[in-house]
Amino acid sequence: MKFGTSLIIGGALFALAIFVGLLAPWLAHTDPVMDANLMNAEEPPSWTWWFGTDAQGRDIYSRVVHGARISLTVGIVSQLVNSVIGVTLGLTAGYWGGWWDDFVNGLTNLMLAIPSLIFALAIMAVLGSGLTSLLIALGLTNWSFTCRIARASTLSLKNQGYVQAARVLGYGDLRIMITQLLPNMLGPIIVIGTLGMGSAVLAEAALSFLGLGIRPPYPSWGSMLSEAREQITTAPWLSIFPGLAIFLTVLGLNLLGDGLRDILDPQSRSQRA
Amino acid sequence: MLSFVIRRILQTIPTVLAVVLVIFVLFSVVPGSIMSSMSDDGRATDPQIAERMKKQLGLDDPVYIRFGSYIASLATGDFGTSFRTREPVTSMIAKRAWPTLQLIFAAMTFAIVIGVPLGFIAALRPGGIIDTISMVVAVSGLSMAKFWLGLLLMYLFALKLGWLPSFGYGDGGLRYLILPAATLGVSPMALLARTTRAAVLEIMTADFVRTARSKGMSETLVVKWHVMRNALVLILTTIGLQLGALMGQAVVVEKLFSWPGIGSLLVDSVLQRDIPAVQGSILVVVLFFLTINTVIDVLYAVIDPRIRYA
Repeated sequence: MKFGTSLIIGGALFALAIFVGLLAPWLAHTDPVMDANLMNAEEPPSWTWWFGTDAQGRDIYSRVVHGARISLTVGIVSQLVNSVIGVTLGLTAGYWGGWWDDFVNGLTNLMLAIPSLIFALAIMAVLGSGLTSLLIALGLTNWSFTCRIARASTLSLKNQGYVQAARVLGYGDLRIMITQLLPNMLGPIIVIGTLGMGSAVLAEAALSFLGLGIRPPYPSWGSMLSEAREQITTAPWLSIFPGLAIFLTVLGLNLLGDGLRDILDPQSRSQRA
Repeated sequence: MLSFVIRRILQTIPTVLAVVLVIFVLFSVVPGSIMSSMSDDGRATDPQIAERMKKQLGLDDPVYIRFGSYIASLATGDFGTSFRTREPVTSMIAKRAWPTLQLIFAAMTFAIVIGVPLGFIAALRPGGIIDTISMVVAVSGLSMAKFWLGLLLMYLFALKLGWLPSFGYGDGGLRYLILPAATLGVSPMALLARTTRAAVLEIMTADFVRTARSKGMSETLVVKWHVMRNALVLILTTIGLQLGALMGQAVVVEKLFSWPGIGSLLVDSVLQRDIPAVQGSILVVVLFFLTINTVIDVLYAVIDPRIRYA
């Protein structure tokens, strides 16, 4: 793919998802939960019902549009939490070293030993289903890569001349970390964060599909697909549109991540070209 | 070599112990998690029953004693008794281990057979039509929700064309395995295609490949002797990482296709808050993940002797 193409396509898809999520109440034709009408049950896609209707006669288009809010909220918030945890641990471990570094390394290895979806399932088993549990489960289980990158960047940056100069000027540890080290490692952190957001959207969909995330009747793309499974023989369109929404959003985030990597880390571009 | 294997196995012991500790803390020390999960479904709403159950389960003992007895029972292969079926969790897991292993290895075979040649062909003609198509397939494969792909495959091959059964384990034959394995295998296939392409492209520009060419070695021999062998380490790394990750991803696919593996046991146990079964299933998944990583590390050392002495 030509340089910049993935950034443009990915950025456009992600911007579209954000736009749909923000303007959902205006873009939707009906209320996604309350406007059920059995007279309109299982209508196939048409000019009236763009994406068709489900077994309760609810408009799938309106539910997909509102589903963007939940999926994007979970994706963005949980990845932000992961990034904050990962950067804080990685930065401090790399900067201070010693027992704290050993501890953070051990913790990161432990996190890498447990598949993140399984860890999230375990947390959901304790907390129960719902949006808050979902945010906690996904926000606590996917920070290990960010932590490793932040630690490695800190180790390579902390002996640079400008950091030593800041130390000579009497800057405290916290100030050096925030003003000198953090801005210089933001590139890879943003790339990992963008790709992680896509993973979080997929994880939310998977957990909701399993009945552990957002519960029906609230429209999350994963829970819509879970309901659609029952009607795959009679109403296959119920499966197509929420799945397509997940696909396009995650594709957008993955392409955006790749595009940002090309810009922020030109070395990786020459390797992948 | 033997000392390397022993060293590598010893390195996993602290991780296993830490995982056991995390699982124990999560389900046993987090305020009232076992009791609240039981009272949620009405099993221990009566305070007297709750008190009796606490005693029975040893929940009124100090934490360190509970952890000690938990470790002791794990060491003898006892994962406890299911709240739901009153069956030993060990035997529940044992019954479901084979279907899960079947599914994972079939998915990985699918991924290797398609992904590695795809990446290889793409790298030999970078920028060509096969390269573009394979990379579009790879990026799409990584962006798709597995259960959505599974639903679409189920609709097409089982319900429309009637070629394959839509769900279930049946007699455990290949017909039942194809759809779940293809669904699970798509993202490792995509990742393997990308990794193989990147590895081959990098090796193609390495000094030793240029030297081999300048000696007059034919392109076929260069690819066979130098490129393939060197790409193998990176491909093997991806296979190892993905094999472990598949164990986590199998959860969704098993549930979608009603496949009677450890993943569906885990989801059912979580939904019904059967804590001993949840703890046991998670532990087995993690042990599998760590075992695969160790085996892959040993295999690296066999392929690339530099790793042994690093």
